[in-house]
Amino acid sequence: MLAQNRSTPFLWGFRLYVAVFFVFLASPLIAAGAFAFNDSLFPALPWQGFTLDWFFNDTEPKLGMFHDRRLLRGLYYSFVIAVTVSALSVFVGTTNAFLFVRGRFPAKNFFYIVMVIPLVIPGVILGISILVLASDTANYLENNLDLELEFLRPGIFLVVLGQFSFITTITSLVITARLKKFDETMEEAALNLGASRARVLRTITLPFLRPAMIAAGIVAFLVSFENFNTTLFLVGSEAPLTITMYDRMAKVGSTPVLNAVSFFLMVGSGLLALLSILVQRDKSSR
Amino acid sequence: MLRFPGGGLMLQKDFRRLAMILLFAPFALWIALLVVLPHIGMIRLSLREKVAPRVYEFGFANYLDFINEPIYWNTLLRTGSMSLLVTALALLIGFPIAYYIAKLASNRTRGALFLICLIPLWVSDLIRAFGWILLLRETGVISSFLQWAGIVNQPIEFLYNDVTVIIGLVYTVMLFMIVPLVSTLDGMDNSMIEAGYNLGGNGFTVLRRIIVPYAMPGIVSGCIVVFMLTAGSYLTPILLGGKNSSWFTEQIYNQFITRFNWEAGAAFGILLLLFTSTVIWLGLKLSGQTLANTVAKS
Amino acid sequence: MYDLECINIAKSFGSIRAVDDVSFDIPSGSFFSILGPSGCGKTTLMRMIAGFEEPSGGDIKIKGRSVLGTPPNKRNVKMVFQHLALFPMMNVYENIAYGLRCNGVGNAEIKRKVHDVLERIALPDVAEREIHQLSGGQKQRIAIARCMVLDPDVLLLDEPLGALDLKLREAMKIELKLLQHQFNTTFIYITHDQSEALVMSDHVAIMNQGQFEQIGKPQDLYHRPKTAFVAAFVGDSNRWSGRVKSSDGSGGKVETEQGLEMAFTAAGGENIPEGASVEIFVRPEFIHAVRQTDADADDAAATGDNRMEGIVDSLLFNGANSRVLVRGPQGELIEADVTLTGQNDIRPGENVYLFWSSRQAMCFASRGAA
Repeated sequence: MLAQNRSTPFLWGFRLYVAVFFVFLASPLIAAGAFAFNDSLFPALPWQGFTLDWFFNDTEPKLGMFHDRRLLRGLYYSFVIAVTVSALSVFVGTTNAFLFVRGRFPAKNFFYIVMVIPLVIPGVILGISILVLASDTANYLENNLDLELEFLRPGIFLVVLGQFSFITTITSLVITARLKKFDETMEEAALNLGASRARVLRTITLPFLRPAMIAAGIVAFLVSFENFNTTLFLVGSEAPLTITMYDRMAKVGSTPVLNAVSFFLMVGSGLLALLSILVQRDKSSR
Repeated sequence: MLRFPGGGLMLQKDFRRLAMILLFAPFALWIALLVVLPHIGMIRLSLREKVAPRVYEFGFANYLDFINEPIYWNTLLRTGSMSLLVTALALLIGFPIAYYIAKLASNRTRGALFLICLIPLWVSDLIRAFGWILLLRETGVISSFLQWAGIVNQPIEFLYNDVTVIIGLVYTVMLFMIVPLVSTLDGMDNSMIEAGYNLGGNGFTVLRRIIVPYAMPGIVSGCIVVFMLTAGSYLTPILLGGKNSSWFTEQIYNQFITRFNWEAGAAFGILLLLFTSTVIWLGLKLSGQTLANTVAKS
Repeated sequence: MYDLECINIAKSFGSIRAVDDVSFDIPSGSFFSILGPSGCGKTTLMRMIAGFEEPSGGDIKIKGRSVLGTPPNKRNVKMVFQHLALFPMMNVYENIAYGLRCNGVGNAEIKRKVHDVLERIALPDVAEREIHQLSGGQKQRIAIARCMVLDPDVLLLDEPLGALDLKLREAMKIELKLLQHQFNTTFIYITHDQSEALVMSDHVAIMNQGQFEQIGKPQDLYHRPKTAFVAAFVGDSNRWSGRVKSSDGSGGKVETEQGLEMAFTAAGGENIPEGASVEIFVRPEFIHAVRQTDADADDAAATGDNRMEGIVDSLLFNGANSRVLVRGPQGELIEADVTLTGQNDIRPGENVYLFWSSRQAMCFASRGAA
């Protein structure tokens, strides 16, 4: 195409570079996934034969991930956190989209930049700053009002808040981009045909936004699921999966059950990511 | 004022004002409670000196500690310079890939390549670092392979050095560089490049005069996100660099969790934030871009 | 009985008067167009009728009842939008059923009405199609059907043909006129395209800078414009500025700025005294161009009391609408319609006489200092 006046060897060199790059991209993921099926106590060569024990076996030392109660609990907490975070962030992302696309208020551009900022604050700092504020508040209430608010101590609630604080920026950007493409005369047309405002929102505007909302929700779910930096400081006794895996890695060392979890997560997020792309290709997006 | 289609009775005006407030409330709560107040709280905490058990005074002791202890500021400088190196490498490696995806690949392969680029985006840092550990450690795949092939005769440890940390970091952030680059290059009209050649430019001048300036918002956006992610990363340096990786986030973690010295941890957090913001601000100034037309667009 | 009356209606945005004291009424079942250049306020006027804007002053009555304060979703005025605004997430059936559902009509009744209206717009088989599967002309008709199924008192159309290509636009003009006859509903059609307005309408209002310049039948606007703006905006004209040399009030002699002299008729019922500065309009089809060698005295008598010599500068061939550009003695260019037969036609460089009647030299007193 655009290389018509460049030599073919150049193009082939370019292709080779791209190929090498994709090998570079794929190799750690393949390594992380493949050893889940190696019938060995260590995720290392040599290859000892194929097994599904690291998924389904129910006895030590080869305890499979679906029988490992701590990993399953981690998975459960991750799931609860991710669902809550994506629901909240899609809701606020949608109100933000309306605010910035339809709203007219002073210093709108300034507020828009403020909305983007959480994305460029390091996750570690978001984590500790929320931890500090929550603890300060909890201590103050305890000392002065004798009020013990358990949810302000590290735990699921703070993890949700910490992740929500920057994931909302992502959902807001995705949904805002879609709302900007909306033809407002569509709302006027519906109003003109006799619909009430609530009905216009329900039958016209929200259906138009739906693909973006679903895609934003999936992105939020995945980002929440894989988050480590912010979560690390806010986690209490209910550790989500990434924290559980990290603990396992630090304390027990690497074991193939971690490969099994990795494989499971890669397949799961791959499918979800694919789903979010399919949703955005929905016919009404044309 | 909200611009809703429809009449302008008094009722209508009240409705608009109400809708406006209802829409502003979640935004304001989010930004105030989860971003602004926590940072104020952190600044306040960082300016507190412990003079006796449970007795605190206002002061800059935590910051003075930082300045007086070379390990601390060396770590910050090291984190910063390595992050800049990682950002530059990611740009150098990623730009040709993005250009290939956006401009050279045929329509069908373009979508597929972009998808392949995106999939690792959704895999946790932890799993990616874990994959590298399995490849690079003494008993890892590469070491075993080299022994099997007879190139070396004893296991080699590739982990726990700066090169590995940089490779791991470049790998982790690569996709955040490629995605904004592809989307800006994709919006570039092919005829601009053709016109460049047509007017007598060679490959290098076309790249320098036409492609790079056009892709600037994408480049800056990618660099900001990559730099921020690198400087704020924790897992990759710890896991690939081992105990001596000397990454600044590790210092923050140590102050907070190991030493339980929250005042110092908060001060370090503020310093990291100031440092990264300054670098990002300088980058924006030097490239003549703004936050709104770079990161907000990707 | 009028379907729509607008009484001294006005709308200001800040200090700009978008619609300035406009009054008109439209009898039942007629096709009424509002024609004006972009930015003349016609869209604002239509949005006030639909209820999307509240007038700053005046009153709007539909079927004799004021609708001020009635929200847009409660007015029985339906609108076809410029880009149609069909709902892409619904199929044709659901698009047409939308308004009925809003009114709480039962499912069986909806089904009957939707199929009935599809029958009437001659698209009985498209109910299950998606919007993006329709052609431009079909979309147009669905957008009208979506409104007509609700039996509106007035249907507003906001330049709905603008997005179509030329051929389809010509076909849709006729189609719209037929549809209006068939539904026998009052159509109010907004456009900046004079041919759309002239072809379809029973009455046309010419709008300029927030005001109506003239309301009338298409022929009246064309042949008897009341203002210089209407004369210039509707149809093509040769236009000159000049000063009246002699006048009896209703006609006389005028000299243009280029020094061209001609006999004129005062238009728009104005009384034009001697010495007044004026604008003169002569339509190309009323100017006859004759080769000087072919001309005889009868031509002048038969075709007009104004005569001018000139040289053909160029031919603008366009089939039946062909023209010549003739350079006059003072160097000005004059357009005249010619019939080109393909044999012995006028060619560039030839000397010609131009003839036109003083009755076709419409003259308006200049507004303001110009």
